[in-house]
Amino acid sequence: MKSDDLPARLAHDLDGAFPTLVTEHVDRLYSIALRLLGDPRDAEEITSDGLVRAHRALASYPPDRIHDLELRPWLTTIVLNLARNHARRHRHLTVVIDDSQVAPTATPESTTIQRAETEHWATLIAGLPTRYRVPVVLRYVDDLDYDEIAGVLDRPATTVRSQVQRGLTLLRAAHDAATRKELSA
Amino acid sequence: MSDIAIPLTGLRVEAPPTVASRSLIEIGLADAYAALASPIGDVFVAWNGRGLSAIGPADDDAFEDWFARDIGRPLYPADRLPDRLERAIDRRLAGDRSTKIRLDLRGSSPFEQSVWMKAAQIPFGEVRPYGWVAAEIGKPLAMRAVGSALGRNPIPLVIPCHRVVRTDGTIGEYALGSDKKRAVLTAEGVDLARLEGLASSGIRYIGSDTTKIFCLPTCRHARRVTDRHRVEFHSQAEGQARGYRACRVCRPGPAGVAA
Repeated sequence: MKSDDLPARLAHDLDGAFPTLVTEHVDRLYSIALRLLGDPRDAEEITSDGLVRAHRALASYPPDRIHDLELRPWLTTIVLNLARNHARRHRHLTVVIDDSQVAPTATPESTTIQRAETEHWATLIAGLPTRYRVPVVLRYVDDLDYDEIAGVLDRPATTVRSQVQRGLTLLRAAHDAATRKELSA
Repeated sequence: MSDIAIPLTGLRVEAPPTVASRSLIEIGLADAYAALASPIGDVFVAWNGRGLSAIGPADDDAFEDWFARDIGRPLYPADRLPDRLERAIDRRLAGDRSTKIRLDLRGSSPFEQSVWMKAAQIPFGEVRPYGWVAAEIGKPLAMRAVGSALGRNPIPLVIPCHRVVRTDGTIGEYALGSDKKRAVLTAEGVDLARLEGLASSGIRYIGSDTTKIFCLPTCRHARRVTDRHRVEFHSQAEGQARGYRACRVCRPGPAGVAA
């Protein structure tokens, strides 16, 4: 069955279809939470909590509403709100890189390089101001399009587009600065 | 900007498997299980976000097989029970009926649930016949169905089906094995030798010649009667013929039910 049918299946049999929703969305929601919060434990907690809240919300929706849901942006909104609340409460943005992001086929040398590369970009993203970090993560880590991000963040698509561009400019500048520092060291 | 967009997609990662299992357990679409010390040794306890769902023998394969067959949800091993649940079960097994534990009994019938909830009302250290349960839930003829429902109890010990014994007073079957039934009743202070002695001599009720009330043998009022005032009856009719009435606490039930 195509994943496009998932809202229909959830509307028909929420408990029966929900494990499929978890399988299809858990990695992307976890990635968003990890890149926004930086800490794998926090990301695990936020993702689990988000899925539980999603189930609770769906259980209270009439079938027609579930049928018409755009699951990707809807789930993103739930996790994003939880991550924002969490960050507000704890105010930490430490980036911790875990091993799970390394492809299992990688050789030791390429593993080290890839890990360093990932750590480098994760650190740069964590350093972005929130108003740029969130749209950049949604656009490039999760691959939502501008209209979807606009819906999630409740701001015009043109604003989102310029925030993403601005975020990338800042990232590029930070990347160049870091590279120069490395070369001169 | 594409040179920057490419490494950013590398920031997508796989979630640790515990994220999915933890969510499904919390929602109640999967269960966690861990070992717990009980009066009859270690048992496995399963739970999810909707409540306590199962108790069974502490044998991984047997418990997982049984859970897959009877409950049918995914089951994940956990290091330990949530503190609150563990404390609540401990208190409950020590006889504190005021401790509330949420139970997840999805998949069972209203009849089964009525039987289990009635068994849960039998006080610690007392036993009642199958016929008593049947009469109390308003189905006095459904003794055999009561027996099957108790045999399907997914949460033995917490739902104390061990406190329901055969109508002739002998101990009878138990989901965790009849030797375990004897062990848990003994741990609750039930004098099995005395109970079986009464059963084999056909004694079903104990009366007091001061109150003129008769009870089931393990009723707390029956246990208070001193030897000097104790009267034994084979049937309720025998007691009634001698001017005794049924106890309102243990409610021996209409004549014939427990005979």
